[in-house]
Amino acid sequence: MAFKRVSTLIFLLPLTISACGIRFSSEQDADRLVVYSGRSESLVGPIIEQFEDTSGIRVDVRWGDTPELAATLLEEGANSPADVFFAQDPGGLGAVIDMLQPLPDEILDQVDVRFQDPHGRWVGISGRARTLVYNTSSLSQGDLPTDIWELTAPRWDGRVGWAPTNASFQTMVTAMRTVWGQEDTLRWLMAMQANHPIAYEKNTPIVAAVGAGEVDLGLVNHYYLYRFLQEEGEGFPARNYFLQGGGPGSLVMVAGAGILDTASNPELAEQFIDFLLSRVAQQYFATQTYEYPLVDGVVTARELPPLAELNAAEIDLADLADLQGTVALLREAGVLP
Amino acid sequence: MGESLTPLHRLLVSAGYRPRIAAGPPRRLPILWLAGFIIALLLLLPVAYLLIRVLQADATTWTLIRSASTRATVLRTVALAGSVTAASILVAVPLAWLTVRTDLPLKRMWALLTALPMVIPSYVGAYLIVASLGPRGILAQIAEEVFGVRALPSIYGFPGALYVLTLLSFPYILLTVRAALQGIDPALEESSRSLGNGPWRTFWQVTLPQLRPAIASGSLLVALYVLRDFGAVSIMRYNTFTRVIYVQYKSAFDRASAAGLAIILVLLTLALLIAEVRTRSRASFERSATGGIRKASSVRLGRWRWPALLFCTGIVTISLIIPLSVLLYWLVRGLIAGETLQPLWQATGNSVFASAITAIVALLAAIPAVVLSVRRAGRWNQLPERLTYTAYALPGIVVALALVFFGANFAPALYQTLLMLILAYLILFLPQAVGSLQASLLQVPASLEEAARSMGRRPWTAFWQITFPLLRPGALAGMALVFLTTMKELPATLILSPYNFSTLATRVWSAVSEAFFAQAAAPALLLILTSSLPMAVILFRERA
Repeated sequence: MAFKRVSTLIFLLPLTISACGIRFSSEQDADRLVVYSGRSESLVGPIIEQFEDTSGIRVDVRWGDTPELAATLLEEGANSPADVFFAQDPGGLGAVIDMLQPLPDEILDQVDVRFQDPHGRWVGISGRARTLVYNTSSLSQGDLPTDIWELTAPRWDGRVGWAPTNASFQTMVTAMRTVWGQEDTLRWLMAMQANHPIAYEKNTPIVAAVGAGEVDLGLVNHYYLYRFLQEEGEGFPARNYFLQGGGPGSLVMVAGAGILDTASNPELAEQFIDFLLSRVAQQYFATQTYEYPLVDGVVTARELPPLAELNAAEIDLADLADLQGTVALLREAGVLP
Repeated sequence: MGESLTPLHRLLVSAGYRPRIAAGPPRRLPILWLAGFIIALLLLLPVAYLLIRVLQADATTWTLIRSASTRATVLRTVALAGSVTAASILVAVPLAWLTVRTDLPLKRMWALLTALPMVIPSYVGAYLIVASLGPRGILAQIAEEVFGVRALPSIYGFPGALYVLTLLSFPYILLTVRAALQGIDPALEESSRSLGNGPWRTFWQVTLPQLRPAIASGSLLVALYVLRDFGAVSIMRYNTFTRVIYVQYKSAFDRASAAGLAIILVLLTLALLIAEVRTRSRASFERSATGGIRKASSVRLGRWRWPALLFCTGIVTISLIIPLSVLLYWLVRGLIAGETLQPLWQATGNSVFASAITAIVALLAAIPAVVLSVRRAGRWNQLPERLTYTAYALPGIVVALALVFFGANFAPALYQTLLMLILAYLILFLPQAVGSLQASLLQVPASLEEAARSMGRRPWTAFWQITFPLLRPGALAGMALVFLTTMKELPATLILSPYNFSTLATRVWSAVSEAFFAQAAAPALLLILTSSLPMAVILFRERA
């Protein structure tokens, strides 16, 4: 009878659910590390698995977007179960900086001071450069600007794609503020905005749009292009172009990691970050994700210009912490809603 | 009688609760009422969280909220929600009628195919539409080869957002209206026909007014879907309220301002809820007792069959076949280029398991609120049902962060367990079950249940034995809605799921955001396929 079946269901349901709840409930484990990863599983999943295999430590990962995970950490506060925050950009780490503990010197010493928090609360794991990606059928290298200011010229009207809500773009604008000053940065933003740039949500759709010829040029991070080349073949009509002269247009940024103040397993966390800076892991970033390794002695992918050629202005990432100021400026220029 | 009243009872009476049968001892504790309010209170957690956060707001928040750009965003959002709802009604009502009440060939196949676009996550749907119909999408490239057209007109902005959101959300109205059409008392239409009215006149004057509650509750779901959508509007570059809230979280890490803006979204929702209530007149939508289980005769389409088929084909093509083709294209291209695919068994299992439990829980949670609102008079009894909607327009990230806040700080044992995730799903999607169940219950005469009671059945027994079976179309539609939207849910799943709990939706997201298109295509196709199975079961079990 339907009635009986329904009532059985009602009684069994809470049992089933609580059974699942117990099965999945958060147990504290000595050999278990909790990592909040703002870097995608497709990119860093394999290297985390390798860490589990070699160390015998179980890693529980919460995958997400860096800003969402930062907001989650802020809401969790002192009750956060996380040990490590592996973030896509320093902005995300900066948002939770008060929740991070200083890293030991053995970790910090492996990476150039430019690529870490001045108080040692996070360390860069891999580098990425801002670059221009251009459509090879509508533009040749000679047509490309030598300076990012040239993009404000009338000939680029409606032809440029950018991602003003994206953290990497905003870090570049922060770099402009430190190098050029507030006023010139606002001037550049207004001039760009007057040139009708096409706004995308993040880097991937910009590279796709450049490849499709929807825009001729995009302001992106360098490594997305190589994914497209792998997936669509060498015929994909887009290439990177690194601006010379070391301005903010070719800024080198990092993805980084920090250990939470409240980490229940700080030793495992240190071991994890140490592994991410090991030759094996750095080689993985260089060859599999086409990023810049940050540790000496690891070879950069041959498609990329050497790290030393970029960022000649020696912009210190620690100077790029003022995200709020950048967001306010982007609003003032009418770039952000 | 006064002596036997409990203090709680007295409180309820003072709050407007009136026992229906005044004579005799108090029949029972108002379990229904209590259940309804406990559920409604759970659903108010996000609003409580927003109030806590907004109390920390400083001058920046208030300047932002009062700014002209915020006002413009409200108008843009309302305009989009209104247009998408109108367009969805125009698509869904004819489809529902054709697939329920006519002799359209392959009715059930159309019913299934037209409901499926709902399972496509909006960020994926928008991405696929850009890849296919964008200014330089696949269609444009074909047009260039064949006709030499350099670029198609841009779809970005309002038109693109309208297009994508309509295609992804019209099934909400389709499913609720289908359920209502199946429950309509055929005697009314037959009387109209016997009085000499033609089929069209009967449809406009008899059938359509009967469908009003279903259309309204479906429309409410669509409008609120638009309010909280982030994926489609961000890819189509149309600044709605949700996108501005996301910018607060993503760029400024300003939780107080985000909360202030989200509260405006809650207020907008309340306005919509009031508007929806107004559309319901005092008219009765009940079947007469004798017409209770008789099925209406189907309308012969005759030569109208061809335009009807064309309409169905057109909708299925643009809402399903085009996106599916792009996915298949990505998959094949990737496989040719030597991509290896990850196994997806576990993600599929997780998706189906969590969504099925959510669907069942949502149905059970919807019953008290719906019964109260339909069967009991008085404003207080309407409250639980209305309250279920308050959090529905909130973006997933807001609901997720609210549960992070309460879970991590006040219920650590539950935090990051499946139970917490299901609570989040419930808060996000319960109104879908409530809406369809309510539309169904409005059609079931209370007199049937009362007759059973007069013959000695206890109230709950009478409900389960008499009313519940008649609610089946609405209950199944509601569960289907909840199941399908849970399958594709992303922000709450990412933040609140147990560790290593990947679902098909998170797999798609993880791959597509890093341009692993072949890796994204496989779980996206699987998501659509597994979602279509329960839909197929439900549709094929419909009374023939």
